[in-house]
Amino acid sequence: MALALGSITVRYGRTTAVDGVSLEVADGEVVALLGPSGCGKSTLLRTVAGLEKPSAGAVRWDGADLAGVPVHRRGFGLVFQDGQLFPHRSVAGNVAFGLRMRGVDREERDKRVVSLLELVGLDGYADRRVTQLSGGEQQRVALARALAPSPRLLLLDEPLSALDRALREQLAVDLARLLRESATTALVVTHDHDEAFTLADRVAIMSRGRVVQVGPPAEVWSAPVDVETAKFLGCGKFVPGSFVGLDVARVGLRATALRVDADGPLSGTVVERVHRRDHVRLLVEIDGEEYEAVGPVSVGDRVRLAIDLDGVARVG
Amino acid sequence: MAQARAGLTLVSARTGWSAAALLPLAFLGLFFAWPVLAIVTLGLREGGVLDAVLAGETWELVGFTLGQALASTAVAVLAGMPLAFVLARCRIRGLGFVRAAVMVPFVLPTVVVGLAFRTFWPDGGVLPIVLANAFFNVAVVARTVGGLWAHTDRRAEDAARALGASRPRAFLSVVLPALAPAVGSAAAVVFLFCATSFGVVLVLGGSRYRTLETEIYLRTVELFDLSGAAALSLLQFAAVLAVLVLGALARRRRETALSLRGREELARRPSGGEWYVVLAAFAVVAALLTPVVGLVTRSLSTRDGWSLAGYAALATRGDRGTLAVTGIDAALNSVRTAFDATAVALVVGVFSAVVLVGLRRAGGRFAEVLDTALMLPLGVSAVTVGFGYLITMDALPGDFRTSPLLVPLAQALVVTPLVVRMVLPVLRAVDERLRQAAATLGASPARVWREVDLPLVGRSLAAAAGFGYVVALGEFGATSFLARPESPTLPVVIARLMSRPGELNSQMAYAACALLMVVTVGCVLLIERLRVPSSGEF
Repeated sequence: MALALGSITVRYGRTTAVDGVSLEVADGEVVALLGPSGCGKSTLLRTVAGLEKPSAGAVRWDGADLAGVPVHRRGFGLVFQDGQLFPHRSVAGNVAFGLRMRGVDREERDKRVVSLLELVGLDGYADRRVTQLSGGEQQRVALARALAPSPRLLLLDEPLSALDRALREQLAVDLARLLRESATTALVVTHDHDEAFTLADRVAIMSRGRVVQVGPPAEVWSAPVDVETAKFLGCGKFVPGSFVGLDVARVGLRATALRVDADGPLSGTVVERVHRRDHVRLLVEIDGEEYEAVGPVSVGDRVRLAIDLDGVARVG
Repeated sequence: MAQARAGLTLVSARTGWSAAALLPLAFLGLFFAWPVLAIVTLGLREGGVLDAVLAGETWELVGFTLGQALASTAVAVLAGMPLAFVLARCRIRGLGFVRAAVMVPFVLPTVVVGLAFRTFWPDGGVLPIVLANAFFNVAVVARTVGGLWAHTDRRAEDAARALGASRPRAFLSVVLPALAPAVGSAAAVVFLFCATSFGVVLVLGGSRYRTLETEIYLRTVELFDLSGAAALSLLQFAAVLAVLVLGALARRRRETALSLRGREELARRPSGGEWYVVLAAFAVVAALLTPVVGLVTRSLSTRDGWSLAGYAALATRGDRGTLAVTGIDAALNSVRTAFDATAVALVVGVFSAVVLVGLRRAGGRFAEVLDTALMLPLGVSAVTVGFGYLITMDALPGDFRTSPLLVPLAQALVVTPLVVRMVLPVLRAVDERLRQAAATLGASPARVWREVDLPLVGRSLAAAAGFGYVVALGEFGATSFLARPESPTLPVVIARLMSRPGELNSQMAYAACALLMVVTVGCVLLIERLRVPSSGEF
């Protein structure tokens, strides 16, 4: 087990930001810390990096406690949400920084910079000023900079959140491929579940300083541990399992759980419709309750609805 | 127990920075607090301090000191506001010229400014004193207010206009309140400078119009009334401390109020009524340049018409040997002394700024105490400090009174606060996460400072050096007290020449002034080139 967090607690004065978190990351594994803002996930990441001191608990690497190891000797790479590139250095100067700190000679440094810029899709950018780059390019440079010294663990703090949506989705796919191909061990902090599921082998859901659920993305997605987690993962409505024909006490319905279908088992009246990117979202009244659904119909229509089990999550 | 450990690291970081803070405090203690306290105790021991404080004449002095400072501050703020607007909000031609023209008066030697105003008011008086003090400090207002103005979000003003506020109404109800902390902070600093201004009041007020500062000088040097001088020093110190505390409060509010935006986005061509403000700003610039031009003209004109006689006389010792050295020797001595002073001030100032940033990050109130302590020398009578040196420095190894470092140290005391004020905001503006990024890439704390902080503050450091240099070059109060007759600086020579009769002497003084001014303007132009956009508080 590469990284092992043992009951980490971080307190600032009276507030407890991280509350007894234990988590393990295996060699070559990518784990996402997913949770709403203020849940303590960034603090946990900074604690792993050595930028915060835990009030209790230990950060271990291959079994060795890192308490006495300062930030610059941990060999962990860190990528911030907004890059934090050195404004006084060129793209190449930024990427080569970690190599210089390690005393790598110039020739090898230059080679490594070229190959990393290629890896992040920025070949030929070496001599650009970082202030002239777009947000997405800056983030790629930040990633190349963190990867250059071959860190034993890569820490990513909301690496894509500052970018606009189209770019974010594109970069998430690129980043996932890159992490997998380089077999990098990584811990990613994000509040975006799409991003977490795209990048991670396992997802750890955090809420109010605690890790409430850990598991592979598909498992976390289809069976959230409690109502709060299910809400965070997009479930808007909670009903008994029998409503959708499942033999469980409670399920959460996402917006796509109900679909207009002439042969569907449920019937209701459309009370509102909103155009979304690639579908029309409806609000349908069934037996006096409002449900979200998708389908190409108009307000006031009587419709029949079918259940799409992809949009249904079993809740705890 | 674990919590105690985390608490301990924070406390130990604070202890470490506090220990580092002892170094600048030791410097202040040895070269500022000790001499000043020595003078004050000397006065107290003689007795009669209370009588002096209670004397009606003292309160007249206090009244005049505060009154002229208040008037000067008002003039400086009124003149500085249109300039702040133009520097912060307008994209027009000649902006670089305006910026340099505003900066020149602030660093001109006080004696030079005094003389420049004497070319228009040969007999001095209250009006020239107020105008000359304001003349110096317009730059402080324009820079401090302009700095904040350039970074406040214009959209708040646009929102007010969209809600139906007229332009003046939007200014009064939205812009001015947002700028208030900067205006307050600038006004406090200006008031301080005006209340303790020495050279200008001495040259323009003579023995008729006296402030606490010049009276301290007169009582110490000419009347040898130490208890009176000590009483006045105490009064002045109390007033200065009060103003500094108010200024620190305003600064703190300002730092929390900043919602920064890039400047380029905000500056635009003035429109409509804004042109009147631009016009007013250029009128102020013209007014600022008038004494400068007047001085140069005066240095070239004699009773017999245009002449370079004054400049030629710089190679001599003045009319019938007024001076112990030639003007050129004095100029060279000035250059050397200011260099030493700047070196000392840079070391102490940069170290203090680094410590202040560290202290603030570690938390605790000590940072503000140190910050205010570092500003104190600006507000204490330079004359008191100078005289204090004379009675204390012989206790240091090898009778420090004769050391060639005595004058540079006194000047460094005045320059250090300026260095701190210029470097500190830039250091503070460096995103902590940039340092953390460097650390995760393997840079040790010392390496982080060298690779991140130093390159980023480099330009403001160079600007602070240039700025400090010209201030040291023009320092008059303490230098006039400490410079030995055989190694005077140029401002001291100018004052001596003016106090002696002889057409050639005054001609030589004006030429020396012009010379100092050329050096000063050169330095300012250089600083402007080095200026980091939107940094520094002056």
